Parts: sequence; C-alpha cells; structure tokens
Amino acid sequence: MRASLFITCYNDTLFPETGRAVVTLLERLGVELEFHPRQTCCGQMHANTGFRGEAFSLAKRLIRMYGDAEAVVIPSSSCVAMMRDQYRGLVEELGDERLRRELDALLPRVYELSEFLIDRLGVEDVGAYFPHRVTYHASCHGLRALNLGDRPLRLLAKVRGLELAPLKNLDRCCGFGGTFAVKNGEVSSAMLTAKLADVLATGSEYCTALDNSCLMHLGGAMHRQFAGMKTIHMAEILASTTPMEALG
Amino acid sequence: MSAAGEQLGGRAILDPALAPPFPVAALAVLRDPQLRKNVAHAIDVIQGKRARLVAEKPDWQALRAAASWIKDEALRNLGLYLEEFEARCTAAGGVVHWAADAAEARRIILDLLREEKASEVIKIKTMTSAEIQLNPFLEAAGIGVYETDLAEIILQLGEGEPSHIVVPALHVNRSQVREIFARRMGIRDLPDDPQALTAAARQYLRGKFLRVPTAISGANFLIAETGSVAVVESEGNGRMCLTLPRTLITLAGIEKVLPRFQDLEVMLQVLARSATGERMNPYTSLWSGVTAGDGPERFHVVLLDNGRTGILARERERQTLRCIRCAACMNACPVYRQTGGHAYGSVYPGPIGAILTPQLEQLRHSQSLPYASSLCGACFEVCPVKINIPEVLIDLRAQVTDRQRRRAGRFFDPLYLGLRAANLIFARAWLFHGAQWMGRMGLRLFTRKDGWIHALPGVGGKWTETRDLRGLPQQTFHEWWAARKTGTEGTREQGNKRAEAK
Repeated sequence: MRASLFITCYNDTLFPETGRAVVTLLERLGVELEFHPRQTCCGQMHANTGFRGEAFSLAKRLIRMYGDAEAVVIPSSSCVAMMRDQYRGLVEELGDERLRRELDALLPRVYELSEFLIDRLGVEDVGAYFPHRVTYHASCHGLRALNLGDRPLRLLAKVRGLELAPLKNLDRCCGFGGTFAVKNGEVSSAMLTAKLADVLATGSEYCTALDNSCLMHLGGAMHRQFAGMKTIHMAEILASTTPMEALG
Repeated sequence: MSAAGEQLGGRAILDPALAPPFPVAALAVLRDPQLRKNVAHAIDVIQGKRARLVAEKPDWQALRAAASWIKDEALRNLGLYLEEFEARCTAAGGVVHWAADAAEARRIILDLLREEKASEVIKIKTMTSAEIQLNPFLEAAGIGVYETDLAEIILQLGEGEPSHIVVPALHVNRSQVREIFARRMGIRDLPDDPQALTAAARQYLRGKFLRVPTAISGANFLIAETGSVAVVESEGNGRMCLTLPRTLITLAGIEKVLPRFQDLEVMLQVLARSATGERMNPYTSLWSGVTAGDGPERFHVVLLDNGRTGILARERERQTLRCIRCAACMNACPVYRQTGGHAYGSVYPGPIGAILTPQLEQLRHSQSLPYASSLCGACFEVCPVKINIPEVLIDLRAQVTDRQRRRAGRFFDPLYLGLRAANLIFARAWLFHGAQWMGRMGLRLFTRKDGWIHALPGVGGKWTETRDLRGLPQQTFHEWWAARKTGTEGTREQGNKRAEAK
C-alpha cells in the first residue's frame, strides 16, 4: 500500500513532530509513504477569510500535484474539509471542466488520518502504548464536515495503557476558527476559556485531537495559565510504543 | 436607563447603519459576567428541550429535508405564489399592499393608521417591524405604540433592545423584570415571582386590548393556496391582538409565503421543536381575510421586500430566505453563547443575523458580521430548513474582500497584506521554505528561554493577548524528511519489516 503524505503548511512549520509520528505509525503498519517536496498549503485560510481567487490558485496547485497519488493522507481534519467542501465550489466558479474532472478523481482518494486507518487500512488496533489519562477534543471540522463519528474514539480505545476521560460539551467549538482567533480575538478567547474549563475538568494529562490548530489554541492557553495538562496530536499517541518521558 | 440597559453600558444599537463593528460591540457583553450567565443559562434550557424533542422524531432528517424543499420551491416561484396569495387574500376581504423598502412600508402603515384615525396601536410578533424601525417612526408621528408580547413589553418599558429572535428579553433576568414593571407600571411592593410578574403584565395588557381598536402583527407564514396568514406564539397575547381589534395590519417579508395549506404540517412540526423545544406551540392563529361578526372588520397585509429580492437573485445566498426564524442557530452558536444578541447590531442576531443583515444592507453596513463566526457548523447542523450558514458566511466574506480590493486602505491592513503575501509564498515551494526560515529567525527574537512566545507585536499580539505560542521548531517536517531520505534510508525498511513480521 502506497500513500502520499500531505503534511499541511502549519504542521510542516509548527508541528513537525506530528508528521514524524504519522511516518512512524503508517510505516509500522506497512504503508509505503511518499512526500511531495513541493507541497505547501491547501488554501483554507484564504478561502475562509474571503480570498477566493487566492484559494483557487492553491487548490489548483494541490489537485494537480496529487493527481497520480494512490491515496493522500492528511493529519488535519480542517484541511480535508476544505478540499471536500470548498474545492468543488471554487473549481466550478473559477476553474475549467478539466480541473473539475481531476478533482472528482482525486477526492475519493483523500483521507484524514483516522479515516485512512479505519476505512482504508481496516485497522483499529495500531499497536500503540500510551499509559496516560487522555481526553479527546472533537474538532468541529472532524465532527461536522467529515463526520468522523466514533473513529477517533475507536482508535484510542485500542491504545494500551491509555485511560480515556470523557469531555463535557464535546461538540462545542474551542474558538480558534483561523483568522477568527485574531479578527475577533476577544470573543475567541471567551470561547476558549469556556472550552478550556471543560477540558481541564477531565483531570487528564493530555488533550488530544486530530487538528493541531485547535490544539495550538488550547495548548497556548494551557501554557499561559500554567495548567497541568498538555496537548498532543493523536498521531503521536498512535505512533507511541514506549512509555513517554513524564510529560516530555 | 434601565437595569438591562445599564448592564450593556448604554442602550444597545440595533441599527446596522450606526452599530459599531462586531468585535467592538461584543466587548461590553464579554466584560459582563451576569449577562453572559443569563444568556448561557437561557439557551442551555432551550437547547436541552430541543435536543430531547428532536431525538424523539425518527424522521427528523426527513422533516428537515421536506421543510427545506418546501421553502426552496416557494422561493423558486416566489412571484407566482405571492400573486396567488394576493388574489386569495383579496377575495377573502383582505387588502394587500406591496412595499419595496422600509420607508415605503412605514408610509403605508402610517397612512392606514391615519385612515383609521388611530392615535394608538397594539403590536404582536413582528420582528419585521423592528427591521423597518417602525416604532420610533410611528411615535414621531404622534401614535402611541404598545407591544403586547411579554418579552417585548419588558423591553419596551425597560427601554431595552431585543437580543434573541424567539426570546427577545433573554438577557434580562427576573429581578430586572420586577424592577422595570414596578417602576413603569407604578406598582409598589411587586414581588419577583413569575406569577406576580405575569399578573402585573396581564393587568397592564387587558387595558390596552380592550381600548385600542387597531393592531399590527407579523406573520410566520402566508399561505398562497388559501390567502391565509399564520402566527404562532406561546402566550395567547397574540390571539387577543389578532382577534379583538377592529382593524388588523399584518407586516410580512415576501419570503414568508408557503405554496399550500398542507405545507404547515411540516413547517409547524419543525418550527415548534426548533424554536422552543415544544411538540407544538400553545397558540397557532390562522385566518383568511375577514369574517363578518368574527374578528377584525378590516384586514391589511403589507408585503415587504427591503432587499429580499436581491438575496433571491444570488444562487448560493438564496437559501438565507428559507429561514423560519426559529433561532435554533443562535441557541447552538458558541459565539452567540458568549456575546448574546446585541453585539450583532441588528434585530436579527446570531448566525442567521450574520448572514441576513449584511445581505439586507447590501453590505453597505455590517461588513464585520460575516467574520463573527468560527465556522464551526453547529448552526447548519440544527437548522430545520438546512441553511448552510458557514457556506454563505464564506461567500459573504469573499464579497467583503472583493470590495476591499478596490480600496487604497487595504495597503494599511496587515491581515490583507499578510494573506496576499502568503498566497504568493504558497505558490512556490522554495519561497515557502524561505519564509519558514525567516519566520524562525524572526520569531527567535520573541521566544523565551522556555521555548515559548508570550508576546508578539502587531496582529500577532491579538493572539498573545490571551494565548502563548510555541516557538518554531528548529527543523520543519520537510527538512526532516529530506535528511532522512538521504541519511537514514534504513529506518523505513526496518519499519516495513517489523510490520510484515507481525
């Protein structure tokens, strides 16, 4: 099984450890990974801020780049949601018929990480060991745009040593929302405060998710407040096979 | 100034032309713990009831699909159905007036009231009248206006503004209601238990109902097939308002029309469950024209466009007009939960307001509203007529940006410049990698010994006001991948072998 990893621009820049974990995890499961060296960004930030033409140029670039890939794995729900929900509209409005056909051919081969593991590889037990108390934050895009359902929880349930702490108000947004976090910084922070209270109330060591954007938001507030909890992308939990250094 | 008004640091401004931008208007509420508590508590109660009642309908998704289909069909043939409504309503003894904009609607209503020689008018269930700012207009013309919906009475007497479309006084708590009633109705020693407050309101209202012979109402639905109007409510004050007066004027947006009487079967089911978490609302008033010896002798309908045909003309935005004003979107919205309704600067708050108001204003005002959302999609999930609010928000953002592109001021907007630059950078991998390197070097200046950034200048400061940011790692993922490919090819082989062995 071959798959191409689209790491996404912010994971590449800010969270390379997530990418390394995806590599460890998928190679352990026998996947032959490719990495397109010219990959950059899916255009989500541009599309969601109203820069439609700019988003289109990035979408076109990405559709062309992955035309030959057997499968594309993306460890970010919001970027997958961008491709599934917005690319078609952009291509129909600004693109040509050929690009639309290329998109239609590509989309069925695009997977968010938990989809790839469960739907494509057919595994729930990835052989991970992570002896910690963990709570799972369902990112809005994973929850509502991708309808990931219980996939992430099924994966976590099979991790040895992991104690899953249920999160109250699971379906409530953390307030990140891309440029919303700065354009409406105060409102975003108020939402974050409410979310963080629920997250911290779980008494977990880690808060995990399938989107580093939410985790950057939650983790930034945890660090600011000296909270006794850290954030970790689920790929890193699933890749882990040895006990981590204490909160290392 | 009322207690509720004081809480907001002055009376809220719900005129899109005058209201401050959303982030600014939100500040007053964010700094008011009591108000935020009132809002969160109230919507938790409604949301809980709604969730239970939606869960008991196994065909809920089918009902949503049907409701959205009915509204779409009505909107596709809007002209046809409005003319049918006009013909049937006229045949039943009603008079239909057409108003292209707010000013025309106000003038039509004032002329009708003058014909009636009315010096007072009672009102029920008409958010549209707030949209056209009817009350101040009529009062300036010397006509006394009395709201009769309990929440609207609280707001009118307390000189407050609605913050929710189903529960307009959601932000006012019981002790504040007591204070307003005691002061404005002149009742000393009024207790703050619900029974006493309701009794005071009833006493106040009965006088109006029995004295004032002219009423203005809104409409939940207009039925083309029968020329009927439907109003749903919980209190029965609407029923009084719709049946006691000699003359009734109904103001309705043109999108309120439904093709067939039977469509109510679907719409009433989804509306009550979505709006108040009830299987059926307590009072549903339905009437067609006038009936001798029963109810008003004269009946007028004012059909209001006021920007709606402009929305209808745009394919992606048209779904906005499906809205049946149930407020499920604002109850589900994590932004509304924090800010309440006044921050939206319009009579239509919440996610639906964030798409409806800018469109009604043709984006001359309310340009900050499409950005007042984290695009979490909770509104779309609960909407009984399946309005894809995030999709419309994104589309409106594109329209705002397209306007910005034509203005010179854009060169002073760091977000605009940043996004334009980012687009150029993302178009070429070598530029992207160069920018990553520069970012790492630049941010190193702000990174503390613990490896985290605690304060940034400019736009970044909006982030670090409340959140830290981890400093950029020394190696990007693609650099790691490249190094691994050239140096440590063995790692992957080993990984594969291990998987095979398993």
